[in-house]
Amino acid sequence: MNHDLTHLPRVGDALADRPGMSPQALDDNFSDLHPPLTQRQAIIESERCLYCYDAPCIEACPSDIDIPRFIRQISEHNINGAAHTILEQNILGGSCARVCPTEILCERSCVRNHDAECQPVLIGLLQRHATDHMQFDAHPFERAADSGRHVAVVGAGPAGLACAHRLAMFGHRVTIFEAEAKPGGLNEYGIARYKMTDDFARKEVEFLLEIGGIEIRHGQRLGHNLSLARLHTDYDSVFLGLGLGTSRRLGLTGEEAPGLAPAVDYIKELRQADDLTRLPLARRCVVIGAGNTAIDMATQMARLGADEVALVYRRGVEAMSATGHEQEIARANGVRMVTWAKPVEVLLDAGGRVAGMRFEKTRAADGRLVGTGETFEVAADAVFRAIGQGFDGDSLSDPAAGELARDGERIRVDEAFRTSLPGVYAGGDCVAPGQDLTVQAVQHGKLAAHAIHQDLLAKQEAA
Amino acid sequence: MTTLPQGPDTGLVNGVDLSIDFVGIKAPNPFWLASAPPTDKAYNVVRAYEAGWGGVVWKTLGEDPPAVNVSSRYSAHFGRNREVLGFNNIELITDRSLAVNLREITAVKQAWPDRALIVSIMVPCEEAAWQHILPLVEATGADGIELNLGCPHGMPERGMGAAVGQNPDLIEQVARWCKQYYAKPVIVKLTPNITDIRVAAQAALRGGADAVSLINTINSITSLDLDAMVARPTVGGQSTHGGYCGSAVKPIALNMVAEIARDAPTRDLPISGIGGISNWRDAAEFVALGAGSVQVCTAAMLHGFRIVEEMKDGLSRWMAEKGYRSIEAFSGRAVANTTDWKHLDMNFQTIAHIDQDTCIQCGRCYIACEDTSHQSIAKLVDAGGARRYEVIEEECVGCNLCQITCPVQDCITMLPQETGKPYLSWDQDPRNPFRQAG
Repeated sequence: MNHDLTHLPRVGDALADRPGMSPQALDDNFSDLHPPLTQRQAIIESERCLYCYDAPCIEACPSDIDIPRFIRQISEHNINGAAHTILEQNILGGSCARVCPTEILCERSCVRNHDAECQPVLIGLLQRHATDHMQFDAHPFERAADSGRHVAVVGAGPAGLACAHRLAMFGHRVTIFEAEAKPGGLNEYGIARYKMTDDFARKEVEFLLEIGGIEIRHGQRLGHNLSLARLHTDYDSVFLGLGLGTSRRLGLTGEEAPGLAPAVDYIKELRQADDLTRLPLARRCVVIGAGNTAIDMATQMARLGADEVALVYRRGVEAMSATGHEQEIARANGVRMVTWAKPVEVLLDAGGRVAGMRFEKTRAADGRLVGTGETFEVAADAVFRAIGQGFDGDSLSDPAAGELARDGERIRVDEAFRTSLPGVYAGGDCVAPGQDLTVQAVQHGKLAAHAIHQDLLAKQEAA
Repeated sequence: MTTLPQGPDTGLVNGVDLSIDFVGIKAPNPFWLASAPPTDKAYNVVRAYEAGWGGVVWKTLGEDPPAVNVSSRYSAHFGRNREVLGFNNIELITDRSLAVNLREITAVKQAWPDRALIVSIMVPCEEAAWQHILPLVEATGADGIELNLGCPHGMPERGMGAAVGQNPDLIEQVARWCKQYYAKPVIVKLTPNITDIRVAAQAALRGGADAVSLINTINSITSLDLDAMVARPTVGGQSTHGGYCGSAVKPIALNMVAEIARDAPTRDLPISGIGGISNWRDAAEFVALGAGSVQVCTAAMLHGFRIVEEMKDGLSRWMAEKGYRSIEAFSGRAVANTTDWKHLDMNFQTIAHIDQDTCIQCGRCYIACEDTSHQSIAKLVDAGGARRYEVIEEECVGCNLCQITCPVQDCITMLPQETGKPYLSWDQDPRNPFRQAG
């Protein structure tokens, strides 16, 4: 980790002070947040689906999964059929079943929310049931005959992986260039540990690669040891699934002090940790932000054994990008939500380490956020910023990359995920449209693969 | 649990008199247990009486040596949530000796004089066999007999059960022997495994039967084990057809009861209704189509004898609400309204109406009508993507399909239309090429 938390005590040190806590109890705190359905529960839940025509849940699914169809297949004990229905639209259906905010997507549109029932079909858990219990003798999707084309995919996150898999189905060879040591992107490094357990991200990627024709090269970072210009020349097409590599800064002095770190860095370390007791523990913790990353950070620190966790946001709860469901998870774990307050100063102790934050109270005036001038302090052993992710500026620094049209900092694409550079496509969090959801990244990758395939065919015909 | 001391069952439930007199057989309520595994021996029958059943038809007696049953006997047709829609058995008649059964029947009737006790019998189709067994049964003091001429499995292969019940001449003959050698009421139990149930009922009437009971079980195979490629229930590596019962057969039974109730020769022949009766509403339906008592088996086998409590409670409350002071008061009330198709009013018209306030926009009515019926429901989507389903009244033929497929209670209603046209039967309809003149 770039940011120094080494002065903090370890999680294991604090275990002894806490009645009822043990390494085992700690591990339990990071087991499945929503336990999977049993076979019987899945059958009963599947029967609740009304098998709507032109179902609203399908319209709400960013990856176009035929939800009523796969649920009916579960109810008919056709688990492999159900899994196939899911995976043919969303090859990362297993992780999406775990991380999708279904409460604002498919489950929100379920007709069973109607007043008389007020309880949607548990689509996410049913999707997990199907993908957890599928048993294929061979990979369920086939590669078409080799096309002789070779596509470069940058980033082995959900967008890049989905794109690569669909390209493989079309018979194209794919090489994925990945900066990190493991594939999976945020599924591997960025999801709260209790949302995706048991090395699921790795297993899902292994499953996806079974289709064949996809190679992953690790330690390849665009703008460092990889240039877009080179890829553009060497490959028939390029897909950019870069994600958003840097964490936005607070813009305050003292931001480099030991004890202040980006939440995503801590979450990454937590996800990769073999032994949770060795993680740094902020007994008094402040998290700044209002998205799912902020919630995940705050909740996980509380579950690691922190005494006080405050999540501070400059606006009210209704403006938070974390869903109501996510907010409730945080509250249920004892996280204190502090709203209408913005950070104005990092408080340091005599040794120059973080001792807390000073906030200024805010209010909305004609829709704009203004400070009231009134301030307060929150003591903290560590402060984590989770105020959004931004582009890693270096990644698009080479001349070819510099030509890519942008919307703000993100890459501009058309409806088929073509960038302004012919032969270069992009999708996932690094492009302009969307809500930075895993399921959306998968859809982008899939649709971009279709566009790449069509464009390659058109080129072939033209030649 | 504290229970109040009980005297004889007066038949009064919630102030309503549920008692019946069915061809002279008196019972405190119309709920009888059908001849079947639950009525095989005194222990079960006493438990049934304790639970409040109005009567019991003792499991079929036969000649000694008693029948021998196989292991693995039942199977089911399950609904999507493992609810039992239909039930299938390959059990034969009693597998206990005649003497043991007769002794127990005598003792039970003495101990429970206020309850109906009817004895089911099946012996070979020979006069001597009936002449032998009937006095023995009469000596038990039981209230009547029911002739098992319907058992569809095992016994027909030996010339009994349905082998008799499918031959009207034999039905008539056996009924006549029974009336000759037995003084109390004789009920003939009919098999549904026959083309026209009215023929069998008429035969029973000719033979002098006091009543008929129906339906016995229907020949069935409920399901297969597709790995072993054998039907259920599986005996070793084989199976055989069984007798089907349970709520899935209720519609078939109701129709057969109605056929007999509205057929001129058997119009006044008392009927004990059997077939998938699972609750008070089912029972009331059988009574409304002419049954004077009802017999239950599968529902008790699935839930125990206690279900009769709710049956009596629910039926009595409904009767009180409707002002029916006895079972007889509404028995047969729906018979006159059950007629041949040709007597239906060709001028009647009903049209579906969708209550937009309760509609949940699932689209089931739409796709059912669009794909398989009359394209009478329009799917409208507004600018915001909100959907709305509306009936196209001029296209709607009033088939009820949308109402049936709708998951919301009372969301779709069928509204009879004021056509201003008089009643017109098919016989009178000018569109009928064979219309009767005049």
